[in-house]
Amino acid sequence: MIPREFEYHAPTTIPDALGLLKQFGDEAKLLAGGHSLLPMMKLRFAQPGHLIDLGRIRELKGIREEGGALRIGAMTTENELIWSKLLQDKCPLLVEGARLISDPQVRYKGTIGGDISHGDPGNDHPALMLVLGASFVLKASTGERVVAAEGFFVGSFATLLQPGEIMTEIRIPVPAPGTGYCYSKLKRKVGDFATAAAAVTLRMKGETVQEVAIALTNVGASVLRARAAEDSLRGKAMNDASIAEAARLAMRICDPAADQRGDAEYKTAMAGEMTQRALRTARSRATR
Amino acid sequence: MARRHAVSFKLNGKAVDVVVEPRELLIHSLREKLQHTGPHIGCETSHCGACTVDLNGMSVKSCTVLTVQCQGAEMLTIEGFEQSGALHALQEGFTQEHGLQCGYCTPGMITRAYRLLKENPSPSEEEIRYWMAGNLCRCTGYQNIVKAVQYAAKKMSSSRT
Repeated sequence: MIPREFEYHAPTTIPDALGLLKQFGDEAKLLAGGHSLLPMMKLRFAQPGHLIDLGRIRELKGIREEGGALRIGAMTTENELIWSKLLQDKCPLLVEGARLISDPQVRYKGTIGGDISHGDPGNDHPALMLVLGASFVLKASTGERVVAAEGFFVGSFATLLQPGEIMTEIRIPVPAPGTGYCYSKLKRKVGDFATAAAAVTLRMKGETVQEVAIALTNVGASVLRARAAEDSLRGKAMNDASIAEAARLAMRICDPAADQRGDAEYKTAMAGEMTQRALRTARSRATR
Repeated sequence: MARRHAVSFKLNGKAVDVVVEPRELLIHSLREKLQHTGPHIGCETSHCGACTVDLNGMSVKSCTVLTVQCQGAEMLTIEGFEQSGALHALQEGFTQEHGLQCGYCTPGMITRAYRLLKENPSPSEEEIRYWMAGNLCRCTGYQNIVKAVQYAAKKMSSSRT
């Protein structure tokens, strides 16, 4: 399994990478960790004429806190997310999510920016980004813009990232202390994509739900935000009945494609189950 | 034909050079150009881990890395484990605990376990299973692979103290 011929470029700065992207246009693809793109190139589903490797651009790496937000370089790997003391302290949901992605070897190479930009509904970071209220820095040779995760994922393998743009940074507002969280993911085996998964962030005030966000992985053309389920929970006590009702509302927006992981009915049921589990765990972790 | 690249890196402590097309996968350079046939081709789809090598302190599947990405890298394969006739603790562990039957997955298993023990010198059984999950074995049922890694962890920690 050998990719079609291509030319390889390894720029060391963002302006150089943007210059190459402009020069080669449609012929170019950006290489991040390569664990989605290279398999597609080996199967010749992707046949770029020019591969621009972002792996040697230092400013695309690293995790820091600035102005109440966590700023994560787009080329930061899943393994680096997992071992980050800053994230373990301030945003453990991201660590929990990264630990459930693929397998150890893939996590040494796979990057947060690649996972988000790819637009695969099976990728896990989109749901995490939605419930964390993240935004993304997209750079082009003409300037940069910051776009919210909400609305970024427009369909299967389709995002707001435009040709000529590079995602350089992920910004996550530091979750308030005491925020409950959970990423509950069902997968058939290590390395597989989710059959269904649910991400939750939750703030409680006493026994009342103050704020809640729920997003679902791999049960639609792109990540789904379960708004009706959130609305049903907000401002009320959380109990078995309200959790079951939220799961029912989450299942109503699911539209999964049947594949070897199961038929649409099964996947939808599993999305409901993952929602219930994520809500229960988030509640147990939230400060009252 | 696409422009060829001269790529230099350190393989098991020795400087090596290869000339490759950009599309050449690392596993092919290692096996066909550098005669390092320890890393095996199992699935060629980054699932099985038989081609695992240690690249700049990371366990990676060499079927899903381009050789051109390895300029200046430090690389370790199973060929670099034995030192002047003495087996590495992991090689000894896999022998003593019967951590293999057909042996096809073993170079990848040992190379992966090496990095695991660097990062976590005394892992629990659960941690070994979690951090070795990128390597598949069709023979052993994994029990003795876990024991082999535990054997090596114990031996390596006692030789440190």
